[in-house]
Amino acid sequence: MSEAAAQHGPPQSFIWKYVFSLDHKIIGLQYYALALVAVFIGMFLSWLMRFHLVWPNAAIPGLQLLSKNGAPDGLITPEYYLSLLTMHGTLMVFFVLTNAPFAAFGNYFLPIQIGAEDMAFPRFNMMSFWTTFVAFVVLLAAFVVPDGPPISGWTAYAPLSAIGKDAGPGLGMGQNLWGISIAIFCIASLLGSLNFIATTLDLRAKGMTLMRMPISTWAWFITSCIALLAFAVLLPACLLLILDRVAGTSFFIPAGLVVSDRLQPHSGGSPLLWQHLFWFFGHPEVYIAILPAMGIVSHILINSMRKPLLSHKVVIGSMMAIGFLSYMVWGHHMFLSGMNPFSALVFSFPTLMITIPATILALIWLGSLYGSRLQITAASLFALGFISMFVSGGVSGFFLAQPAIDIYLHATYFVVGHFHLVMGVAAIFGIFAGTYFWMPKMTGRMMNETLGKIHFWLTFVGTYCIFMPFHYLGLAGNVRRYSSFVDDFMAPLMPVHKFITIAALCTGAAQLIFLYNLVHSRFWGPVAPENPWNATSLEWTIPSPPPWNNFGGIHPVVYHDPYQYSVEGAKEDFIMQNSPEQVETPIPS
Amino acid sequence: MATTVPQPPAINAQPPSRPFPGMHGGGGSAGLIPGAGELRAVAERSPEPARTGIWVALAAIAMSFAALTSALIVRQGSGNDWQHILIPRILYLNSAILVLSSLTLEFARKTIASYIRGEGVSRSQAMQWLGATLALGCAFVAGQYLAWLQLRSEGLYLATNPNSSFFYVLTAVHAVHVLGGLGGLLRVIYLLRTPVPILRKSTMDSTSYYWHFMGMLWMYLLFVVWLKL
Repeated sequence: MSEAAAQHGPPQSFIWKYVFSLDHKIIGLQYYALALVAVFIGMFLSWLMRFHLVWPNAAIPGLQLLSKNGAPDGLITPEYYLSLLTMHGTLMVFFVLTNAPFAAFGNYFLPIQIGAEDMAFPRFNMMSFWTTFVAFVVLLAAFVVPDGPPISGWTAYAPLSAIGKDAGPGLGMGQNLWGISIAIFCIASLLGSLNFIATTLDLRAKGMTLMRMPISTWAWFITSCIALLAFAVLLPACLLLILDRVAGTSFFIPAGLVVSDRLQPHSGGSPLLWQHLFWFFGHPEVYIAILPAMGIVSHILINSMRKPLLSHKVVIGSMMAIGFLSYMVWGHHMFLSGMNPFSALVFSFPTLMITIPATILALIWLGSLYGSRLQITAASLFALGFISMFVSGGVSGFFLAQPAIDIYLHATYFVVGHFHLVMGVAAIFGIFAGTYFWMPKMTGRMMNETLGKIHFWLTFVGTYCIFMPFHYLGLAGNVRRYSSFVDDFMAPLMPVHKFITIAALCTGAAQLIFLYNLVHSRFWGPVAPENPWNATSLEWTIPSPPPWNNFGGIHPVVYHDPYQYSVEGAKEDFIMQNSPEQVETPIPS
Repeated sequence: MATTVPQPPAINAQPPSRPFPGMHGGGGSAGLIPGAGELRAVAERSPEPARTGIWVALAAIAMSFAALTSALIVRQGSGNDWQHILIPRILYLNSAILVLSSLTLEFARKTIASYIRGEGVSRSQAMQWLGATLALGCAFVAGQYLAWLQLRSEGLYLATNPNSSFFYVLTAVHAVHVLGGLGGLLRVIYLLRTPVPILRKSTMDSTSYYWHFMGMLWMYLLFVVWLKL
């Protein structure tokens, strides 16, 4: 236990306290701030795309300042549309969905929830944030290089991503920056996961058995195990991609490829190899985004229902099963890639299997909610919203898991709607829930509940208005990644697109309410008490915000399971984990 | 019926006389008597994180090389441009050096342990084996460099053919990891050289696990580049 404490004392100066801080709480806040910047940039890019899709001839004033070639006179070229798409996906998946629910909240609360003073390796922790920051800056630099950002999508499919300038705008320097940024991001994530795993296994307080860890801690722990193995595959894949681009190797570029009237000087490479390596990371990445949100949502719902979930163990077991199966399903992203149809069948089976633990989780949440007297707060609303998004988006996964159906739907907006709901927005709802729930602890100030509820309803309705019609568009054959549908067979679908764009603009604008609430509460909100939600886990036993060493130099002792709510015979309706209060339960007749 | 007992229960208390209903760790209203009398507490002193951390790090490194191996196998079958390169002879010498360095590191571990326990071993004696390991490690990296020079002189560059590409990538990535191990050894030496040695046993052990792993990984890589599928 003394290990972490021995490694650093209280911070002395501004730089060491807020910039190169070793304190896991400051690092968590830094991750949160980074994700916040990334999410607003990513959202702005999606606005540009949606605007262009329905008003392709309307100039966006000032856009030529962002890219002279990509948006001459403020009009987005088809290539620049793909650049925006690539950057939107990369920013959102890596710098928002990985950073916020996992790195930000995990860093802040995992050590506190297990009763530790800090992470196992505080220096690695600091390095991991600043490495992520460098990756972020390198990625954004793609906007300012002359060619602009790459056009190969966030999946960077080879050979398009591997050839270089010949293949199109952004595939020179822009794609190099993308590859370097993601490689750096991998290193950061590996350091972070290493820290999470060692901390969970080694620094638990006395009495904090594995099964007594809150579900959120379990989710971060399982996620870090997934991330450790997933990013360890993406890193060498990025290395090979970069070598293909700058050193003339042929890992991913086949022979005889003629691009821009030029025979590419490569031979024998396998484009499918990139897809395999990428999706071996890419599918677990989906769970890296969603599992922490599941943990956060469970943690919050239990608090709002004032009762534990139907089964603590089954929830944890299901999350483990999801993590395990996530490594066996990557091929379902490649049904269209031309791989052997037999392997498509092989990947389809575990894909259907993974719906079992996911369904168990959804049923446990719903079953626990049934008959409970749920306290409606902004946090619990967003937690409910998470379940709604996860189920709505997950149900379409059953269809997409069938190769025969997926071949029709894969390149359409159906898939776009599916993954935005099930992993994108669902995880974002988890982040919002966590923010409303934990911000009092993180900043020492309460957030405004009324604004939070308004924010929820606008976001909830807005999100469905955006992404439900995507499914309809996809069934109608509306292909994705096109920058314009005006003179096409898809023209009759334009009214739907207009509706989506207006919904996207409104829902995006509603996020300003959140931003205002966040900033205003941070400075002028009512002072938060130690335990505003009458919660049981260890983070609520210490002041808001916690002191630099969390428990003030005392090692907490844990006596109870994490969720002792509505306890008959207890002094209050809950017993905190470190409370020595003892209640004899009657033997059920 | 239910009563509230204000005193904190003793750790490792005897199980309650009444058999406890419900399962431990259920998160429910069961398990209210701390741990159902079974306070299966984590050890008073948890294992030092370095001991866990090193295995986690090795798992990630193993995964990376597994990914590169699978890429090599797929690439070997994907085109007809695979030309098997002859492994430079010096690699066998390098392998022997790396195995030897693992042995000297084990001797170093033993002498350092006796030095720290104060069993009549002087600091310089403890340092000797460590210095030998460091020298052998540097010799290995230099030997790898010579192997690359030899391939170059044969006209085999990184992009010459897929086999040479993989050869350079695998050996270079491994060499980078070995350099990391050398850094670890330097850190151990630094921690020993302070007036009062502040080297922890866990640091010494995890550094040596890492080093031995690099040796085993090298043997595996040699097999992989030698193998003709």
